[in-house]
Formats: sequence, C-alpha cells, structure tokens
Amino acid sequence: MTRHIELVVRPIIDSNPITLQILGICSALAVTTSLSTALTMCAALTVVLMFANGIISLIRNHIPPAIRLIIQITIVASLVIVIDQILRAYAFELSQRLSIFVGLIVTNCIVLGRIEAFAMRNAVWPSVLDGLGNGIGYSVILATVASIRELLGTGTLLGYTILTTVRDGGWFEPLGFMLLAPSAFFIIGLLIWLVRSLKPSQIEQSEFRDLAQGKEMRS
Amino acid sequence: MTQHFLNSIFNENLALSFFLGICTFLAVSKRMETAIGVGLAVIAIQTVTVPINHLLYTFLLGKGALAWAGLADTDLSFLRLISFIGVIAATVQILEMVLDRYAPALFRALGIFLPLITVNCAILGGSLFMVERRYTLAESTVYGFGSGIGWALAIVGLAAIRERLKYSDIPKALQGLGVAFIVSGLMSMSFSAFARM
Repeated sequence: MTRHIELVVRPIIDSNPITLQILGICSALAVTTSLSTALTMCAALTVVLMFANGIISLIRNHIPPAIRLIIQITIVASLVIVIDQILRAYAFELSQRLSIFVGLIVTNCIVLGRIEAFAMRNAVWPSVLDGLGNGIGYSVILATVASIRELLGTGTLLGYTILTTVRDGGWFEPLGFMLLAPSAFFIIGLLIWLVRSLKPSQIEQSEFRDLAQGKEMRS
Repeated sequence: MTQHFLNSIFNENLALSFFLGICTFLAVSKRMETAIGVGLAVIAIQTVTVPINHLLYTFLLGKGALAWAGLADTDLSFLRLISFIGVIAATVQILEMVLDRYAPALFRALGIFLPLITVNCAILGGSLFMVERRYTLAESTVYGFGSGIGWALAIVGLAAIRERLKYSDIPKALQGLGVAFIVSGLMSMSFSAFARM
C-alpha cells in the first residue's frame, strides 16, 4: 500500500516531470498566461496520462518491440482526440483559447516518456497511479506559474479581481511583461532554482568543475 | 510574402514565442554540432510536412473537402491529429532512406536526431497552426521553411551561449537546466525585438 502512495507522491516534488525530468515543458510554458487555461490543460493531460499508462500496461506483453512507438502514439492520439472533442462540445471558448495545445498532448514528452519508462514494465494499477502522480506533479508547476503570471499580469485569478488595477481606480499597475513569452521562461527558471536549493540532490554537476577537480587530484 | 517569411522566423518563432519543441530545444543544446544537426533536420522535415499536410487537409480532411468524391457533407477534421502524425512519421522515415542512399555523410551526421523529430512538437505544431490560420498552399510552404529556420536559429544560438556558460560561475542550484531557461527567456526577448521588421 505504501508503495502505491509513493507512486503518486514521488513525482510531485522529488522527481517532478518538469523540473527534474525535463518532460512536457512546451505546453507548460504556453498555456500559463491565465489560471483557467492552465487548469484545463492539467486536467486534460492527467486524464490522458492515466488512461494511456493503463491501456499500454494492459497490452504491454502483446506489443512487438519493433512497432511499439507507432502503437503508443496511435493510442495516445486517439485519447487526445476524444478529450479535444469533449472540450469543443462542452467548453468551446476554453478550447479556442487553448488553441493547438490540447492537440499537442500527442507529442507531449511526459506521456510517451512515462509510457516507455514505466507502463511498459509495470502492472496496470501501479501504472495508472504513476500517471496520476506525474499528472499532479505537472499540474502543481503549471498552476504555480499560471497564478504568478495571471496575478501579476492582470491582477486577477480565475477571472476574479484580486488586485484592483490603476485603470479601475485601484493601486496596482499590471506588469504587461508577465503576459509575454519571455516571462514564462524566467519564472520556470527561477522555480527550478528554488526547488533545487531546497533539494540539493537534484543539482546537476558542472562538467567544467569536474574537470578542474580531476586536474587538482592528479597534480 | 517576404513579410510572412520574416514573421515566421523572428516574431512568431516556434521555440521562443510559442514554446514548441522546447524539450528537444533544452535537451540537445549542450553542444554546437548536435544543435546544428537537429536544426537542419527540423528545417528539412518542416518544409516538407507542412505543405503535404496542407494538401491532405484541403482535399481529404477539412469540412466539405471530400466534395470531389461526391461527399460534400463529410467533415473528417477530427482525424487531423492522427493523420498529421502519420504523415510526419512517414516523411521522417522516407527522408532517412533518401539521405542514407544519396547523402550518407549528412545521414551519419544527423544520426539519431532524425527519428526523434517525429515526436518534436514544433513539427506537429507547425501543421496545426497552418490549419488554424487557414494558410494557402504557397503560404504554408513559406511558413514551413521559415518556421524551421527560426527554430534552428534559436537552438544554434542557445547552444553557442551554453557552451560559453560552462566556464561561468553560476549559483549551484541554478546550474544546467535553470540557467538554460533564463538564457532562453533573454533570447525570447531579443527575438521579439524584431517584431516591427
């Protein structure tokens, strides 16, 4: 039982798909200008990830290794089409704002990465939980980035006014920069800095330092 | 058309303003040579797949596209994701064979990067943008070529900067991925400076 809980909890911070595994960053950056699009995207990705992991794990012993990528992509693409159609039917405006990024879940490396790394070797239930855990890990980062960008960029959260802007008679001068592309790179860069300062084991070794240390040892 | 071309390279750069193909962008930009290899592969695939997908969408998948077969009411556009991915995977495979036969040196230089391109979201993203913005055939050819060049330019630039960064003194926790993000942010700002070109 503890193993199952660990499967869900570990990817949230310890092996977060975005900050540690460098997976699925494209969409993480693009949909975070407002919290509502980010949350929709998170829900879509988590559902696709859980189902894809579960289905692949179910048929993992019957997939010939030579054509496994094609099979995986076909299954993921079918799941994404279903999600995309559901969004179009019930939340048309949101799906317009998400533009092409729901479709791009097909090539989201989290999905293929987790299928290859986990679902191909594990039973169905753990795979579904692994999908859930990684989905939540992705969602935590996305929600954080989106909250920062929406709050500082427009003074609202989920459309509700939190900081009254100068234009509406308040004091808050919105930072237009937060809505532009570069700010997403900076915020994720700083988040990675924060996570790695708290968890020093995630720090990457610098190639140059290793070389320098090696030289010292030899001399 | 020139405007459209420059736009797709700088202002609407796939990597730096739409965040497409960022995983590859960050993962293979540690060395200059590999960055150039991936860049070339992306240009080639993007230039071929966007026009092919345009034809596919216009004559098979779009709303009313099957009118020539007498099926004017059919709308197969929900199948576009799966067919675009199929076209991309097939193009990559064919390009691999052609290069292997006629340009073995280039084939060896690109190595593993060609197959990886299949799951690069810049390629699929380019085709989906083409549908969303309703480009004509000529426009989508130019768009495919331009956006490929833009992506290649961005990754080669980032690789050049990261090679120099190895020797700089960066806070421990920011090393590697963290600083790569900050640098991409700065590059993204500089690319958007071309907006009024």
